[in-house]
Amino acid sequence: MTDAAVQASKAAVAPDQMAWDSRTRRFVTIYLPLILFVIVLLFPFYWMAVTSFKPNAELYDYKRYNPFLIGSPTLAHIKHLLFETAYPHWLVVTMTVAVCSTVLSLFSSVLAAYAIQRLRFKGSQYVGLGIYLAYLVPPSILFIPLATTINQFGLFDSPLALILTYPTFLVPFSTWLLIGYFKSIPYELEECALIDGATRLQILRRITLPLAVPGLISAGIFSFTLSWNEFIYALAFIQSSDKKTVSVAILTELVSGDVYQWGALMAGSLLGSLPVAIFYSFFVDYYVSSLTGAVKE
Amino acid sequence: MTVATATDWTRARPQPGWLARLFDYKPFLVFACLLPACGLLLVFLTYPLGLGIWLSFTDTKIGRAGQFIGLENFEYLLDDPQFWSAVFFSVFYTAVATFGKFALGLWLALLLNNHVPFKSLLRAIILLPWIVPTVLSALAFWWIYDPQFSILSYLAVDVLGIRSTPFDFLSTIWPARWSLVAANIWRGIPFVAISLLAGLQTISPSLYEAALLDGSTAWQRFRYITFPLLLPILAIVMTFSIIFTFTDFQLVYAITRGGPLNSTHLMATLAFQRGISGGELGEGAAIAVAMIPFLVVATLFSYFALARRKWQQGEAND
Repeated sequence: MTDAAVQASKAAVAPDQMAWDSRTRRFVTIYLPLILFVIVLLFPFYWMAVTSFKPNAELYDYKRYNPFLIGSPTLAHIKHLLFETAYPHWLVVTMTVAVCSTVLSLFSSVLAAYAIQRLRFKGSQYVGLGIYLAYLVPPSILFIPLATTINQFGLFDSPLALILTYPTFLVPFSTWLLIGYFKSIPYELEECALIDGATRLQILRRITLPLAVPGLISAGIFSFTLSWNEFIYALAFIQSSDKKTVSVAILTELVSGDVYQWGALMAGSLLGSLPVAIFYSFFVDYYVSSLTGAVKE
Repeated sequence: MTVATATDWTRARPQPGWLARLFDYKPFLVFACLLPACGLLLVFLTYPLGLGIWLSFTDTKIGRAGQFIGLENFEYLLDDPQFWSAVFFSVFYTAVATFGKFALGLWLALLLNNHVPFKSLLRAIILLPWIVPTVLSALAFWWIYDPQFSILSYLAVDVLGIRSTPFDFLSTIWPARWSLVAANIWRGIPFVAISLLAGLQTISPSLYEAALLDGSTAWQRFRYITFPLLLPILAIVMTFSIIFTFTDFQLVYAITRGGPLNSTHLMATLAFQRGISGGELGEGAAIAVAMIPFLVVATLFSYFALARRKWQQGEAND
């Protein structure tokens, strides 16, 4: 009986102890590294934000002011950016280019994915493979010949050049993603519609597309963020200051001379990141599913 | 009279117009559907790819059509120490950054695969470095690496007192290289972590239970269950990561522009400097073409990883 009592008390103590033990263990092995990861991954953004609201006096004086905090926040850098540079103009150009190229590439990838996955013609597999391979061709090896091509078409220094070239990396990705989505829609639905006398395009518009809306949203936001981030084409094809996109303009127009205006530079980076970050925050789940879906396909 | 009522009852089925019928004719429909995507890709991807290879055999300059000069560009590059330095740095940058991204990304994915509070919020936050335009976060890094006002130097010198002088991030060769690699790893971790997390979530928990019953250690469970089942997705993510790290342009262009002493040029930035800034389109194209063999190797790697995955899953075609 004493044995049983001892065992019982042991049993009462042991889980408690183990719980304590595993809680510290969990903290050290899981939460602590996670917190460190989050700090490291977010610090540049924090630093960007802090810098863009600091007055210049604080910005370059770490002795008197704690650099991690803002003593007297100011909007001077943002005001300078919005009213004394062409920044609003660059934002408009970037937005236009991103929206147009997203729409263009969504339109063409929906049709292509539908043809490859649903119309099932001879050799559709090879077309699909070709489009997949196109995704593996990075812009860095294309920009020089593309610059001459753009010149031949007379599109040099025109935002239209960007709208037409961005789909080269958006279409392969979106098509691949949409093929996966179309695959998950039961073919029987389309057969029913065919029997009821719908044409193929009616089926695409009335049945397949409404069911593939999550896929369309994923492909859309992925394309939007990719075209917002694009740099090398915008750098190579656009020359006049008022047609540049935000990322190119900040680097080529705001970085000048030996003394960098860090406040304005960081404010510009912050403002340039915000639209895409806000847009992303609305559709996080779609974004994650597109990222992982594309990898799994 | 009866005939008239009969026609009233069965309203004549509207005959589709010739346009609608044309669009229902399958070969034409296939052609029409593929036209926008394939047209765009052929004109702005396949054609420039071919043109780039042709340009690399010519001495084209901006504003002047070139002559065919055979392998002269490549021969010139073979003797060019700056080109070899770019090749070396591209390989070094890709190798070290990929290793770092995958080690840290896998670790982060394993951490996130536990039950942690606010998981979806965490996942959303972690992806931020991947969402924000690279050049803009690179500018933040440039500011963090500032020789005079670097916040890291402030931490090390004034707060922790480890060093007496500020860090010298970007003005000497090796620190500049490591700084770029660090920025690239920072940017790449989220993509790797989130993709691998998706892979981890597909692994059935019953496998771990079975292994636990068999008395396995944590390391054994990782080595014999997690890792092999993650391998296919790991291979694909790695291929993409290698391709896009090797051809990276933005980080280097924004932070160092190839300096100090041209030691941090990647092949892409060198191609830009010679081809667009310097106007030697032919030579720039040759540098870009020299990247292709590396990319082909990476793609083959991906292809065989995919083939192996199909074989594992027993799928005939997909």
